[in-house]
Amino acid sequence: MKLLRDLFKDFRFTLSFIVLMIIMILALLSFFSPYDPTLWYVVPRDLRPSAEHLLGTDSNGQDIFWQATFAVRNSLVVSLISGLVSRAIAVLIGMIAGYKGGSIDRVLMFVGDSLLVIPLVLIFVMLAMMVRQSMTLVTLGLMLAAFGWAWDARLIRSMVLSLREREFTKTAALSGTGTVKLVLKEYMPFTMPLVFSTLINNMSWAIGIEMFLAILGLVNLNIPTLGTMLNWALHYQSILLGRWWWILTPVLLSLLVFIALYWLSVSVSEYLDPRTRIQRVGA
Amino acid sequence: MNFLKRYLLPRMISYFLVIWLGITVVFFIPRLTPNDPVIRMIDQMRARGSTLEPGAMDDIMADLTRMYGLEGSWIEQYGDMWGRLIRGDFGVSFFQFPTPVSQLIGNALPWTLGLLLSTTAITWIFGNILGGIAGYYTRKRWSRVLDTVAMVIRPLPYYIFAFTLLLLFAYLVRWFPITGGASLGALPSFTWEYIMDVLWHSFLPALSLIVLGGVVVFQTMKLLVQNVNAESFVQYAKLGGVTEDRIVGKYIIRNAMLPQITGLALSFGQIFSGALITEIVFGYPGLGMLLYRAILNGDYNLIMGITILSIVGITTAILVVDLTYPLLDPRIRYV
Amino acid sequence: MTAKKATVLQTENLQAFYVLEMQGTQKVVKAVNDVNLQIYENEIYGIAGESGCGKTTLLKTLFNDIVPPLRLMHGKIRYCIDSAEVDVTSLSAEEKRKLRMEFISYIPQGSMSVFNPVQRIRGTFRDFIGSHVSGKNRAEIIESTYQRVVELGLPQNVLDMYPHQLSGGMRQRVTIALASSLNPRIMIGDEPTTALDVVVQRGVIQMLTEIQKSLKNTIILVTHDMGVHANVSDRIGIMYAGKIVEEGTTEQIFAEPAHPYTRFLINSLPKFGDKSMRESVPGSPPSLSNLPQGCPFHPRCPHVKDICRQQMPDFTQLDHDHKVACWLVGEQQHG
Repeated sequence: MKLLRDLFKDFRFTLSFIVLMIIMILALLSFFSPYDPTLWYVVPRDLRPSAEHLLGTDSNGQDIFWQATFAVRNSLVVSLISGLVSRAIAVLIGMIAGYKGGSIDRVLMFVGDSLLVIPLVLIFVMLAMMVRQSMTLVTLGLMLAAFGWAWDARLIRSMVLSLREREFTKTAALSGTGTVKLVLKEYMPFTMPLVFSTLINNMSWAIGIEMFLAILGLVNLNIPTLGTMLNWALHYQSILLGRWWWILTPVLLSLLVFIALYWLSVSVSEYLDPRTRIQRVGA
Repeated sequence: MNFLKRYLLPRMISYFLVIWLGITVVFFIPRLTPNDPVIRMIDQMRARGSTLEPGAMDDIMADLTRMYGLEGSWIEQYGDMWGRLIRGDFGVSFFQFPTPVSQLIGNALPWTLGLLLSTTAITWIFGNILGGIAGYYTRKRWSRVLDTVAMVIRPLPYYIFAFTLLLLFAYLVRWFPITGGASLGALPSFTWEYIMDVLWHSFLPALSLIVLGGVVVFQTMKLLVQNVNAESFVQYAKLGGVTEDRIVGKYIIRNAMLPQITGLALSFGQIFSGALITEIVFGYPGLGMLLYRAILNGDYNLIMGITILSIVGITTAILVVDLTYPLLDPRIRYV
Repeated sequence: MTAKKATVLQTENLQAFYVLEMQGTQKVVKAVNDVNLQIYENEIYGIAGESGCGKTTLLKTLFNDIVPPLRLMHGKIRYCIDSAEVDVTSLSAEEKRKLRMEFISYIPQGSMSVFNPVQRIRGTFRDFIGSHVSGKNRAEIIESTYQRVVELGLPQNVLDMYPHQLSGGMRQRVTIALASSLNPRIMIGDEPTTALDVVVQRGVIQMLTEIQKSLKNTIILVTHDMGVHANVSDRIGIMYAGKIVEEGTTEQIFAEPAHPYTRFLINSLPKFGDKSMRESVPGSPPSLSNLPQGCPFHPRCPHVKDICRQQMPDFTQLDHDHKVACWLVGEQQHG
């Protein structure tokens, strides 16, 4: 409780928290949608925003407001799958590399560093072209997770390295605690804050990549996400035809999501890392 | 000798290893799915309504088969791929058959390199100068304003930011062209008009790359300068009455620069990805547009060529930075 | 009775506090609390006390380096520059800067990061001296400083080395050579021997005293090591919780320590032939942000009386040059 009260003192946290709550509510509203998001021509096409259709309708004959609730929900689902699975990979690899050291450490860190160097966007394009037909939210999330762990595994590794030098590791090892138990029980709690703040960053990254792949038409365009909404809007030349309500909905929503996620992660990590916090107070 | 073994050798080894790993991944991706990639490719091309002469289709089949391998075992195919790559043979484009992939890339590369090199240089220099000043004068009002601006721009992905610029400055107020690298029909030449035309077309793509990249450089430089400012050698120089311009230039900036150089090298991959995305948004005729067309036409060979080339290019750029770094940091040169 | 010596530095009821603001609450650290010092020409004045008693902050204020969060609350600092008294706290930033190195110089702890890691020692000399001397004699002065470096027993090539290539003792000697390069009237040493092993310590102390003898200037030496004070200092001020609690010549302090805290400090030194356990001061020093009422030493004092808990004692003059602030002494004197 005290933690939350301290965090709310930072206006960036408060603001991004409120924005994300609104986004969440929007995503939850999708369960009450009167329309099936996969069906076309359920409403009249290309209507301006009105009381009946809050954000108007698009050229596919879909209600943009309700479509947007699905889009937000699905984008969040993809990013959560990517974020959570890649956290699991990052924690596992970071801990093994940090705790075991030696050649295992070197191989794992080499693979991780390579992922940081290689232009992942191109790898995703190739993968997406291979599985485009069978691409679902889950496979997309897993694909992003498979490549999105490298930097965070490095952070967790260096944390484990410093924890390993501490007294309680030796005490636990001498008293016969098994390696797995030691790592899970003693190290896990220390890494949780880091896992949380990197989770937010990874989610934001995943939403961005999804949008990029969607705009290239490399995901299933019948599943509404922020990216596929934008793709359809571009496909029907909504800018040239002046259908601003269509193009602006995914653009503004994603701007809000990206900024809110970033501010949340910055304020949380500043709170967790006293060094940057003092700098801010002293500034 | 010691320096060679301790610094140079590990970097050379990892350079070749990264290239090897990256290209191996590229090799295996088409083999991940159980169905025959060749048949699927042909189907995709047919689905897009590509019309090809029957003879060309057979050639493509043969080329695809060679590329994805119904010939021999995986190991043979793998060795074969390396053999061709080392000879500089990336195969032919399926869509623009039979133009070699390397020729298509060669046409697009100057555009991308020009955009990438100039924006990276501007980004890095201006980001560091602004971040350095803002970090030294943390308490100033304008420093905080810049901070807030950075906080808003930093999280935006390349696509969204570039697209917002396009909406604002090419559709809403029509200051800049919507698409292209030069006006239609303009012939490439070293005339004032042509160069201005290219600059005018590349302004928005360059601006979006500079702003998005510059924000990152700005934020890290600001933090670095704040940290270096608290180091004891800076405090000592202040107590020794060293003039402020010397302290800022030779003590703070010089030392804060070093991690920024390493950071630049590490972010080459991201910068490159960002440039591809930005080119697509603005229809700029570089590798990004080539990639876009390749995706639209299902030209897998071309995508593979672009990917392999960029892996080699980025790792080489990083190696070059790594090799010049010791010139700037005596702690690595002399032990 | 010795002849009245000329004063070179004087403080008057000096109070300097750190004022920290943390999330709306104010925290005041009383690091220098009502200090009156009179430091003469041609002497080595020692300041002793445990860590956390405000020694380093006192040095900063004597050095006239009072920057936020440290604030001068009350009192004056006067330098005697060319036999004129100057209130230095009211000087402009540029005037303050000029005084450093030329009139009063600072000797830091020769830690790993005390010199700019990316330039050779020669560069540091050039920056420090070049910030104070201009015109045609600059090169001459820098050259003569290089000669002094050699005279002071440092190897010739030390100037061409990078900081990380020097040993701790060498770095410390370089800081001393640098501090003395412009023949300042005062040199301030902040624990210059603490990080060194005993043999190197001796050499550094010797170097300090030699320089003082040849320049006939004043050294203010801060260290918690009473052994160093016994060997080097002419007079000693004992500092406790931001206050000077006893002051006298080195003989007076060691032969007739009057304050119980001084006795503890001296008794913690090893003596020849004495095999009994060295006693250290019981308890720990008080937090400077939360001082006890009365004499700040009373919670640790073995002879504590009621009045100690209520009121801070004034100074009692025990002898010429020897004064102490303690209720025990005051009582003896006044019966």
